[in-house]
Amino acid sequence: MSKRVLGVAALATLALTACAGSDPATPSATPAAAPSGSASAAPASGKLVIWADPNRVKALKPFADQFGTENGVTVEVKEISKDNQQTFLTASQQGSGPDVMVGAHDWIGNLVQNGAIEPVNLTEAQKAAFSDIAIKAVTFDGQIYGAPYAVENIALIRNTDLAPDAPATVEDLVATGKKLKDDGKVQEVLCLPVGQKGDAFHVYPLFAAGGGKLFGDTPTGDPDPKQVLVGSEGSVKAFGKLRDLGEKGDGALKTSITTENYIPSFVGKKCAYLISGPWAMADVKKGGFGYDITPVPTFEGGDPATPFVGVQSFFVAAKGQNKTLAQEFVTNYVTSKDVAKALYEADPRPPALTAALDEVKAGDADAGKFMDAGKEGMPMPAIPEMQAVWEPFGIAEAATVKGGDPDQAASAAQKTIDGSLKN
Amino acid sequence: MALDVRETGETSQAPRPRRHITTAFVVSRIAVLAVTAAILLYAAPPLIATRSWLGLGVLLGATAAIACLYLTRRFVPAKYLIPGTVFLLAFQVFPVLYTVTTAFTNFGDGHRGDKAAAITAIERGSVRQAPGSPEYRLTAALRGDELVFLLVDPATKQVRLGDDGGLSPLPGAEVGVSGRVLRAPGVTVLTAPQAAARGAQIAALTVPTDGGAIKANGLSRAVEGKAALVHDAACDCVRGEGGPYQADESQGYFVNAAGERLAQGWQVNVGLDNFARVLTNPTISGYFLGVFGWNAVFALASVAGTFALGMAVALALHHPRMRGTKAYRIVLILPYAMPSFAMLLVWRDLFNRDFGLVNQLLGLNVDWLGEPLTARFAVILVNLWLGFPYMFLVTTGALQAIPRELTEAAAIDGATPWKAFRRVTLPLLLVALTPLLISSFAFNFNNFNAIQLTTEGGPFPAENPQVGATDLLITYTFRLAFGTGGAQFGFAAAITVFIFAIVAIVSAVAFRRTRKQEEVYA
Repeated sequence: MSKRVLGVAALATLALTACAGSDPATPSATPAAAPSGSASAAPASGKLVIWADPNRVKALKPFADQFGTENGVTVEVKEISKDNQQTFLTASQQGSGPDVMVGAHDWIGNLVQNGAIEPVNLTEAQKAAFSDIAIKAVTFDGQIYGAPYAVENIALIRNTDLAPDAPATVEDLVATGKKLKDDGKVQEVLCLPVGQKGDAFHVYPLFAAGGGKLFGDTPTGDPDPKQVLVGSEGSVKAFGKLRDLGEKGDGALKTSITTENYIPSFVGKKCAYLISGPWAMADVKKGGFGYDITPVPTFEGGDPATPFVGVQSFFVAAKGQNKTLAQEFVTNYVTSKDVAKALYEADPRPPALTAALDEVKAGDADAGKFMDAGKEGMPMPAIPEMQAVWEPFGIAEAATVKGGDPDQAASAAQKTIDGSLKN
Repeated sequence: MALDVRETGETSQAPRPRRHITTAFVVSRIAVLAVTAAILLYAAPPLIATRSWLGLGVLLGATAAIACLYLTRRFVPAKYLIPGTVFLLAFQVFPVLYTVTTAFTNFGDGHRGDKAAAITAIERGSVRQAPGSPEYRLTAALRGDELVFLLVDPATKQVRLGDDGGLSPLPGAEVGVSGRVLRAPGVTVLTAPQAAARGAQIAALTVPTDGGAIKANGLSRAVEGKAALVHDAACDCVRGEGGPYQADESQGYFVNAAGERLAQGWQVNVGLDNFARVLTNPTISGYFLGVFGWNAVFALASVAGTFALGMAVALALHHPRMRGTKAYRIVLILPYAMPSFAMLLVWRDLFNRDFGLVNQLLGLNVDWLGEPLTARFAVILVNLWLGFPYMFLVTTGALQAIPRELTEAAAIDGATPWKAFRRVTLPLLLVALTPLLISSFAFNFNNFNAIQLTTEGGPFPAENPQVGATDLLITYTFRLAFGTGGAQFGFAAAITVFIFAIVAIVSAVAFRRTRKQEEVYA
């Protein structure tokens, strides 16, 4: 029984208990023929419902309509703009969810544990058409749960008017940034959002470069939630590197640089270096200066500065009304090059399909550069346990950036994460 | 006044007139009946579809009762009481009961649905393509009335027919370029729209094979696969790789001998576990007093500050020699008219150390939201700015009701203005405003936005990422319930019950004191 039915029943019960009067005379508006056709016999209605975020809706619409005409069904693309994952989960549970959902691959773990999505069956040829990292990202517990369409990761974006050469190391970057600051050409060494609560996503490449790790690996190479390594020796060392870069050290990392101001600051030439992703490019181009995109550098003698890689994907809802159509749409339709390119044009994030990426690269070098920067990247952990890491990790980051003791911050974060995962 | 007295006098003497049917009366009646009918029309179809006859009966009964109530001339008091009562039940009593019942479950991520849904998800999620099996091109067809699959192996172009009995060769079929079957003897090939219309049937058809079963994957492909995990009702366990996983009804998971569990769980009743967790969790009990103390200070400072400032401004504008009061009032109400949501975010950025206006104007380099004391000061300041226009408005209203003669009399009796305010105006104001102050306290006690949108509870000390310096009980517990490990609605509901109890006790005590005060001044 759906929640709507429950709610209605509850309301009706309330109305009844409240109605004290009892006059048997007028049964009035009792329905002789209730319109049972509309909402009741739901299956086989030949309608596909897709939920996507506002950026995607416009790009999807023509393809959805085309799919509709080819298959003689109506396709509705609905815009969901807030808390997409939670909205999808709640609606799915009530039976009012979509057939196809568009979202990030790191939702997969949570969607699977809630039974909200089903595996997507791609042929060998289809799998081969995607970049390896995209397929790796949408694979959870040995199964592919989504059709990837865009890959995004952060990279180092630099103002070539101020800093003509790509820094080879973080030390290089800091030295150039400091010099520019001393010369009064910029106000900040580096624009990387930290904020009062830290930002694990943006700082992760530097953390990895300093030798830090979040999880150990399972035998299959997936992150292992039973082994949290935020408090490990390597991670403490990495937090120490963040402190050296922080407010009491080089001043390259600052809590006053936040997700709200880091892109505008770079565009306003307040800093020569920005660490951000493809979503920043629209603003960066408005800045009117030369720019280049390179991988985030590592420390001298450090580990590779691997960014997190996020993969936007299409999911088949487990509780959708029209699963056959949804599977057809996701496995055989949106995996086409044309759809990938249209989605790229609506919102320039590098396509996951290699063929589409090659075509896009020809017209837009940035897409290829971002892709190169993320080549060695790490797919954002899709395990539900990752949710327990983001906040404590971020707070430990902010604390060390402010000059706090790395050992203390790392072990406190480890303790908190272990506590909530009951390790 | 005199007019009123005369009128009531007349009506009381005259025989009670038959009630006039006014337009408002007719309109309101139609409105109530229309809403009732609309709810009926909205609610009946899903109830019929799910065959919830009891629910339908209740619905019809309630509709009939409301209809009869508003179509007859009797039950006049009930006509006025019903709408309010319904709203009270629907928007107050029902949510409270729902929250309390949720507190006894493990409802949350991983435990949203029932057990049957979890089992379906486990089985479906474990279906893997049989190794080495062909990636069939699927064409749906009808054999008589029965739906069958025409399966083309792309490697060999061999066509086979699949039905619920298994696979059989289908000679003489004509295959198109794309791999679709165009024509085949003995069956009618369905076009794409025809197949789409039979989506549910296509999803339901399972063609058994030696290695597992062939299921449709969309409209144009079929996959031979096998479920690696299967539920066995006899032992209530899931058999398969890593198993058997035994159902554990106390936590809503399938768990194997090694203590590993399957990801998909279901909602179970956990009794008092959530409440026990609130009381025994060392991070909650250990920091409760500190957070509670700051929470009380924050709420009191917000109420006292906004009231003092709002009242001071209202008194200033109430002075008879004040000119241009309208213009002042408009300016003063502005913060109240702006959406606090946006204003809180603006204030957060104003307090930014390097880019914020506050430091730039004052020439300081203070990390306002980064140090415990300044962060606390900042959030109270922001809340003061947001809240004083409200206090200004209500005080202005209450001041109008206090006759000027009283203060004038006090002045003639030789009272200083301060004394007149302290002994005459303030007590009279408090009689009217104390209930508002209490409700303002209750609101600020749980003022989630004021903290979450500015400091998010921070700054956090390096040694403890769970409790920040400006955390209120509500932001702190929100982090516990939703910040780690996904949404834990059951746990959140238990915390809500505790916070409700705290606020209720504080408010009850305060109202009791108010009543005494009113008795003194009445």
